[in-house]
Formats: sequence, structure tokens, C-alpha cells
Amino acid sequence: MKNSETFTISTHGDREIVVTRVFDAPRRVVFDAYTKPELIKRWLLGPEGWSMPVCEVDLREGGKYRYVWKNDSDGKEMGMSGVYREVVAPERIVATEKFDEAWYPGEAVGTIVLVEQDGRTTLTQTILYSSRETRDAVLKSPMQHGSAMSYDRLENFLPTLGREALSA
Amino acid sequence: MEPNSYARSSVRLDATFAALADPTRRAILARLAKGEASVVDLAQPFAMSQPAISKHLKVLERAGLISRGQDAQRRPRRLEARPLRDATEWLEKYRRFWETQFHRLDALLHDLQAGDVKIEKKIKKNKTAHQRGDHR
Repeated sequence: MKNSETFTISTHGDREIVVTRVFDAPRRVVFDAYTKPELIKRWLLGPEGWSMPVCEVDLREGGKYRYVWKNDSDGKEMGMSGVYREVVAPERIVATEKFDEAWYPGEAVGTIVLVEQDGRTTLTQTILYSSRETRDAVLKSPMQHGSAMSYDRLENFLPTLGREALSA
Repeated sequence: MEPNSYARSSVRLDATFAALADPTRRAILARLAKGEASVVDLAQPFAMSQPAISKHLKVLERAGLISRGQDAQRRPRRLEARPLRDATEWLEKYRRFWETQFHRLDALLHDLQAGDVKIEKKIKKNKTAHQRGDHR
């Protein structure tokens, strides 16, 4: 299956970004990967060249979590913390999130919903920002350290629109 | 970014996203990417009346995604690529970020199911994931 069929990103209303992705695994495994520190540290690493030296999770309603990423080439660090508002294993997590040196105002609220069908899991990841300006700032710069995010130029997105429209 | 220009670009982006939310409007843009076209030309591939198409065109025009050509008779519409590029570049950057994460997650999920990585059933209370040596 092509990646484009299982991975979507859209804006919803003024303040939300919604990501959906299908994983070839039952949802309890996906849930573990999202909630167990020793597993989170293996994938939620940010752009290439970053590691995650700190990952602390107190997985219960009202419990805190803290992630710290580190740029392996220049040693720069970036931390993010939050509080779990809802934890329903293995299907739903709601948590606040705030970067230590946030480049956008306010706290965001992330919701993760896992739906399993035939051994595959559809993830819907919604992040609600405090304002439209904030949401758009995050879209513009998913992680603050822009140099690390210097990906290639836009090639092709919005598949229904086609490549020619974007290069017009 | 300076707040005023930031707010302006945000308003514009919002109009762009709203305009792109509709499949007919995306199809109109894809058609205009091949060159300018009149309302009659644009209405042809859709099972829609000209007034219905005109309504979509107004939304696209307000979002700055299309403009009108000089020919007063045909009033052809043409694509304005800039706002579209801005919006898609932002989404693209965000998509690339998550794509990198999800590819690693795919690999991990595979390893977990193959038994190459064991999930600890009981998490020991005092075991901290914090590697002090790494953290300056």
C-alpha cells in the first residue's frame, strides 16, 4: 500500500491540525509505542540527527510527562512537557503539551485515538492550539530549530491537485 | 516574525485552507494549472450549473488563488500560484516531520511484533529513563 493512502494531514477549523496514519500492527502495540519511555525513545526523535536523552512518563490522568531532544551535532536541547488529561488504554490519550522555549503562545492539547481493524491500526492525532495564529506558526515550523528541519523544497502535496498545479 | 505581517499571512493562509477544503475547487485549480480558462470551459467537466461554478470561483478569488484575465468577453480565470505554494509548503514541512517519525515507528512496530524488541510488561517504579550522562 502506498504511503499516501495511509497518511493524511489536514487543518480542521481554525485551531486544529489532524494527522491520520495506518500502522500494520494491533493497537495495543501502537499504544505501547506511544506511552512506554523505552519505546518512545526509539521513534519520536524529531528530525534526523536528534536523539531523546530524556523521556519520563507518568501514564495516568493528572500524571506528567517530559521529553527532551538533543541535536547530536551541536548539543542543542529542546524540552517539552505536559499533563495527561485522559488515558484509556489502548485506544485514547489526551494530553497537554508545551515546549520549554515555545515559539508559539499558550498550551496545546493533543488527542490520540487508535482504532483497530483486521490487525491494523488507524491513528488519528489531533492537536488543538490556543489560536489560529499559533496553529499556523506550528505548521510553518514543526520544531523550532529550523536548520534541522531544512528539508527539500516542496514537491508534491495535496494529491488530488496534482504536481503541475504546485509548480505552476 | 513581526506581529502584523504574521497576522496578515495567517489570515491569508486560513482563507487558502478553507478554499482548498472543497474537491470541486481543487479540481478547478488543477484545471487552471494547465492554463487560463473561461467560466464556460471550467463548468464543462462538472455536472454543475455556471452559477454554481461561479460561486466556487468567487471563493477561490477571495482567497487570492485565482485572478481574472484581461479579455472582457471571456473573462478567463487564471491560477495565482503563490498563496497555494505558501499553504502547501507549510503543510509539506509538517508532513515531512511526521513522516520521519512514523517511518521509525513502523520499524519499531515491526520489531515489536517479531519479538526482536520486548515490551516490558511491568514497568519498575524506580527505573528512570533519564540518562543523566547525556543531559547537560
